[in-house]
This record gives sequence, structure tokens and C-alpha cells, in this order.
Amino acid sequence: MPAIEVSGLRKAYGNLEAVRGVDFMIEEGEVFGLLGPNGAGKTTTVEILEGYRRRDAGDVRVLGHDPQRPGPDFRQRIGVVLQQSDLWPNLTVRETHAIFAGYYEAPRNVDAVIALVGLAEKQDARVKTLSGGQKRRLDLGIALIGDPDLVFLDEPTTGFDPQARRAAWEMIRSLRSLGKTVLLTTHYLDEAEQLADRVAVLREGQIVRIGTPAELTTTDLQTEIRYRENGEEVLVRTDEPTRVLAELTSAAVARGEEIEGLQVRRPSLEEVYLALTAEESAE
Amino acid sequence: MSAEAIRVPARGRPVRRLFVHQLRAEQLVFWRSREAAFFIFLFPVLLLVLLLSLYHGGKYQGEPVRWEVLAGLVGYGCANTTFAGLAIQLVLRRESGILKRLRSTPLPPATYIVALLTSTLFVFGLQAVVLFLLGHALYGTPLPSAVGSLVVTLLIGAAAFAALGTAVAMAIRSAEGSSAVVNFVVLPMAFLSGGFGPNNGYPAVLRAIGDVLPLTYFLKLVNAVYLHGHGFWTQPEALAVLGAWGVAGLVLAIRNFSWEPRGR
Repeated sequence: MPAIEVSGLRKAYGNLEAVRGVDFMIEEGEVFGLLGPNGAGKTTTVEILEGYRRRDAGDVRVLGHDPQRPGPDFRQRIGVVLQQSDLWPNLTVRETHAIFAGYYEAPRNVDAVIALVGLAEKQDARVKTLSGGQKRRLDLGIALIGDPDLVFLDEPTTGFDPQARRAAWEMIRSLRSLGKTVLLTTHYLDEAEQLADRVAVLREGQIVRIGTPAELTTTDLQTEIRYRENGEEVLVRTDEPTRVLAELTSAAVARGEEIEGLQVRRPSLEEVYLALTAEESAE
Repeated sequence: MSAEAIRVPARGRPVRRLFVHQLRAEQLVFWRSREAAFFIFLFPVLLLVLLLSLYHGGKYQGEPVRWEVLAGLVGYGCANTTFAGLAIQLVLRRESGILKRLRSTPLPPATYIVALLTSTLFVFGLQAVVLFLLGHALYGTPLPSAVGSLVVTLLIGAAAFAALGTAVAMAIRSAEGSSAVVNFVVLPMAFLSGGFGPNNGYPAVLRAIGDVLPLTYFLKLVNAVYLHGHGFWTQPEALAVLGAWGVAGLVLAIRNFSWEPRGR
């Protein structure tokens, strides 16, 4: 059974259609990235799946539950890291974990989780004394304390410095090795590329592309072939790079010349993403 | 409370276990915050020491005025703890995302609310005990005689003010300045209702304003029970007005309750 099934999902706030017919499926154990610029509908989609918001239309199944009318074990089995949330500032890291552990029937060991998120040295520090990155790790710790099968991470590294991001990525990778299903939203491309098994790109409430990071880069933009001819840069974009290259090279071989500065390159995920999310404004 | 107070609880009947767990968590959160412990718990106690040293002679309703001042401070303490304190804490938690975060856990919303209210009531109960004992020890005010009626009266008052506090919390949009707003309501109310000493010498206009405030009627109840040893049921008018305020607060609180931040 898939961990998450979404079809025809729609949600509007007044006149603003935040989600306009979204379909996707996430398998158990998969790390799935929802990628898109701010306002694309990522958080709305995730908050519907978490049970925070009601949908206007569509079918949603999360761990077999309808999150609008979840059964009693639904919240036992999900872990949530919200985009913005603080915890009790005067409690310690350990106390905070222990309080959340008490909400679950079969919580993980508090010390083990604190160690997993790298806060062992800070376990007796008050929450208000933690740095931004440490607070985010605390968020992750309490999301994992109930030993969830499915973890929602809404922009888990926004505002991190590069080192903190790398550390967070390591932690998210460790979730995969624990067999958790992860739904990650991000507007950072490299993050999706690094972490996600599959990625859906959202734009204005719709999924414009879905697939593995490799599929996105191979099926989308045309291959670029560059070379110099008479000292001038030539750029050819093509869906048939093999044929174009064969023609170019055989002609050059026939003339007994070397093609100057020949380059063949696939677009990066970043270019695919920028092209996908910019289409609207270019039209 | 020490750090050891919060443990992962042993398995038990789920709802009761969760309630006890959350009640302990709320107590830890409350006492760990120095601002809350001072302004909510200690401030009425300090006012007691101050005001009872100012009022020595005089009579109010035939009893020493100090007794009325003590009763007034119990009333102010009730409003300060279960109305102002609860409202400020709810706004802070809602705006910081704690309420939203808790909603994604298996802790049932009703269990959370009941634990928070019980924790608040516990703080006020402790405060009332300290006020009566301190007044007795330092200024010779009598200990309450009609204890049963007093407990019921304080429970009714706490319930009404907690409902109003929750309603006000849901009307406040942002955490910034929420304590100023709430105190802007509570301090004049306490003054006009006679929470800081008898208000029968105030100008008619001020007394007229005082006559619509819930604290006025709560203090009528406390005075009847504490000063005169009457049962709480001897004040049907005060019970009705206080009850009406409480029900109005409850309706607004339920209708407008939000777990999610509003200010951003």
C-alpha cells in the first residue's frame, strides 16, 4: 500500500486557488520532494495531508486514513516538522523531548533520539538558548520521538548556513535508512536533488513535472551542443543530439577538420526547474 | 519543579495518563517561566502585603476593612491568574506555533485544554491559600469559615474568568503587546470592582462602570462567603451576572478558537 495517495486535490482561500488539481503517490520508504517557489501550494498541500486543512475537492489517503477524519492511530504514525514553530522557551531539550514522548503509545528512547539529531551535548540547555539550526534539530527530534512511519518536513533547512544544511541532510538521509517515508518540501533545488528519490515540481497550484531527479533532467530540456565556427560561438539545442552530432562530426571529418570547442551537455536540474517555474511569466 | 518531574509516563488508561502527563508538563512550563511565576502568582501576594499595611482601621459592611481588601485581592488574583495569565499564555502559544504543533500529536485537543485549565486553576488555588494564610499570619485576618462555599465560589469565578480569558486570547491577533492589552483590561477592572480596596467612596460614574464588570459580582460572592460566612447560593443576582459573563465568554471562545498563528 502506498504511504500517500493524492488525486484531484483542490484548495482555495477565497478567490485564491492555492492548489488546483494535484495528483501524486508516495510509496512506503520513499523520500519524496515537493519543489516549487514560494506560493506554489507546497505548504497548503502538505497541511492538507497532515490533517490541518480541509480540502475543497479530491481524494487523499495518508497511511490508509483520510486526514480530514483520521482514525485514532493516524497521529501515532506521523511526525511533523512545521515550517515555523517554536517550543516552550524555558524547558530543556530533554524535557521537551520527554513531554512529546508522553503523547505516544510506543515512543522511541528519548536519549537515542536526542543523540540521533545531534543534541546530546545540549540536552540540558534551555530551548531559548539554542541556535536556529539547533532549534530545527529539536523540531526534528520531537517529530521522530513517536517513532512515526511517515515524516513531513516543511522546508526543514530554510535559513540554515551551508554547514547546518549539510548536517540536516545527513539526518534526513538517516531517516531513509530507518525505513521512514519522508515528504519534504523545499524551494532549494540542490536539496531535492540530494535527498529525494522522486520530485514533483509545483507551480501555481499544479504539478508541472514529476519523476526522479535524473528523469527530470533527461526528459525535459533539450541537450545543448556548443562549438565554434569561424571564431563564433554556435549553440544548438536539440531533442536528437545523436543525429545532430553525427551530422556535425561527419561533416567535419569529411573536411578533415577538428570542431573547435565542442561541448555536449545535459541541463542541470536547476535549469529544468527554472525553465518549468518560469514558463508562466515568459508567456 | 525539577527536571526529573517530567518523565515518559508508564502505560496506563490513555486519556487519564495523557491528562496527568500534560498537567505535569503545564506546571513545569508555568513555574519555569520567571515572568509568569512573578506577575501571575507573586504579584497579588505582594499587593496584599502592600495594601494591608495601608489599610488598618475602618469598617466595610460591618467588618474590618482589611478583610474586604483581602477578599478583593483574592478576586483580583482570580482575574489575574485565570483571565489575564491564561489569555497571555494562550496567545503566546498560539502565535509561537506550539498549539499548532501539539495538534499533530496524538494528544486529544480536549485533554490539552482541560489540562491547561486545571493547571491554571491549581496555580490560582495555591495563590488563594497563600493569600489567606499570609493575611492571617501578618495582619490577623480570619481564615475562611464557610470553606465549602468558598471553594465553590472560587471555582465558579475561575471558570467564568477562564472562559473570558480564552475569548480575549482569540480576539488578540499577535503576541506582541498581548500582555499590555490584557493588563489594560484587568487592572482598571480590579480597581473599579473594588479589588484593591472598597470602591464605595468612588465617584458615581466609576461605580456605574464597576457595576457591569464581572469582577464586581465575583467579589460580591467572595465578600458574602468570606466576610459574612454566608453560603454562595445566598447571592443569586451575583451568580446570574457572573454566570452570564462566563457563558458569553465560553460561546465566543468556542466560536473563535484557533490553534494556528494569526499574526503572520
